[in-house]
Amino acid sequence: MIFFHNIGLYFVMLKKMFDKPTKWSVMKQLIIKDTQDTVVNSLGIISFVSFFIGGVITIQMALNMTGSLYPKYLIGFATREIIILEFAPTIISIIMAGKVGSFITSSIGSMRVTEQIDALEVMGVNSINYLVFPKVVALLLYPFLISIAMFLGILGGMAACIYGGYSTLDNFITGIQTEFISFHMTYAFIKTFVFGLIIATVPSFHGYYMKGGALEVGKASTTSFIWTCVCIIILNYILTQMLLG
Amino acid sequence: MYYHTKLYINSNAFRIMIEIKNLQKSFDGIKVLNEISASFEKGKTSLVIGESGSGKTVLLKCLLGLHNYDGGEIKFDGINYKNISDKQKMDLKSKIGTVFQGSALFDSMNIEENVMLPLKMFNNYSNDEMLDRVNLVLKRVNLENVNKKMPSEASGGMQKRVAIARAIVNNPKFLFCDEPNSGLDPNTAIIIDNLIKEITDEYKIVTIINSHDMNSVMEIGEKIIFLKEGKKEWEGSKHTIFKTENKSVTNFVYSSNLYKKVREMYIRNS
Repeated sequence: MIFFHNIGLYFVMLKKMFDKPTKWSVMKQLIIKDTQDTVVNSLGIISFVSFFIGGVITIQMALNMTGSLYPKYLIGFATREIIILEFAPTIISIIMAGKVGSFITSSIGSMRVTEQIDALEVMGVNSINYLVFPKVVALLLYPFLISIAMFLGILGGMAACIYGGYSTLDNFITGIQTEFISFHMTYAFIKTFVFGLIIATVPSFHGYYMKGGALEVGKASTTSFIWTCVCIIILNYILTQMLLG
Repeated sequence: MYYHTKLYINSNAFRIMIEIKNLQKSFDGIKVLNEISASFEKGKTSLVIGESGSGKTVLLKCLLGLHNYDGGEIKFDGINYKNISDKQKMDLKSKIGTVFQGSALFDSMNIEENVMLPLKMFNNYSNDEMLDRVNLVLKRVNLENVNKKMPSEASGGMQKRVAIARAIVNNPKFLFCDEPNSGLDPNTAIIIDNLIKEITDEYKIVTIINSHDMNSVMEIGEKIIFLKEGKKEWEGSKHTIFKTENKSVTNFVYSSNLYKKVREMYIRNS
């Protein structure tokens, strides 16, 4: 029963996000700050993870294609497909659910505990619009982050392939250009856009409606991470079936 | 420009007050506020006292519109809070200043931005005009040259003063304070009490304070309401509280030997 109540409450929150908008002069600053906190500050970890996981994917591909029947360019091809279709949009989103999601839940949850949300409400501010809307707008830039992850993942794969001696640069580049389907990029960015909305709203929901003290803020962050992952994985399946199935 | 260079413009020739009639509020079937009636006048510091769990904070949150009440009515200047449009509610909220128990300053903003936020929300002043106003109210609460400090860099007493500055920056008619001196040393607590009292007297606003602090009761309680288990048990002032025979009030207020002796001395001298 609580599960359905929470789903309803989540959609009520989404609706309230557009009620009584905050003044643009204030909102503008909030959007800039949240873009900095959620997108710009994630560039480092996303670049690091993408580059090295890209390398690992390539090495594992190469080690699984030891037979002479496999053309060497398939290493580049498989790396590209894995990174564009699944690693960059989905796995990076799960990492972001941990990094950005727990930041969002704990920052909003702390505001709830310390009555800062009450203070906003008393000032006549729509606190959901004030707190959640700028995060949603900031995470509209999430596809930009994912495109960097795609680029660095393939670059990492290329570096690992060449320096590990698994294939030549020409073979790898041939592989990443082979049978390129542009719709796969569209599919990846549609997923990224949806996951960005999930990463902005599900943790906000858990932070905004949390009750209790500091301990509950920690619990809410964990719960929010779990539910953000669940939403991402289920939506990943649904979107893949709809767009590629 | 006049608005920014005068701390307060008191154009309220008419009588401002808050009236509560038979207010009721329950949580999960448990009555937290039971038929509470009271009125609060302008220029008077009214204190709501009572043990923890007696309903003080719920009463304050009902007055602030943070809780929906189940029955009864709340009137601000004779207007029932429930029967007004959203726009009127916004107008009313712009006339309310609140000091929360933990100050509730926004961690991500410095002191200047914290105090400026209500001005930004409700007005269309230029940045310079808002800055003038912020500096004026900070000066009024005896804080100067702290504009760029973050709340985490300020002491508890300083945070309370910033919260008071933020509460009065928008020229409120109603000031609500939830245990404004909790967690402060006795000296700072007295300074905060006196500051609230001075502001109330000077600008003729309706001030309601939730308090546990007996010093506040004795010093600034021009009107005192004692709540017990969600009911109004007693009403009086800092003068009549010494003479009351109400057992619940005397047990609560004179629980320490020091206050018992103070009471005996007061009765003997008067």
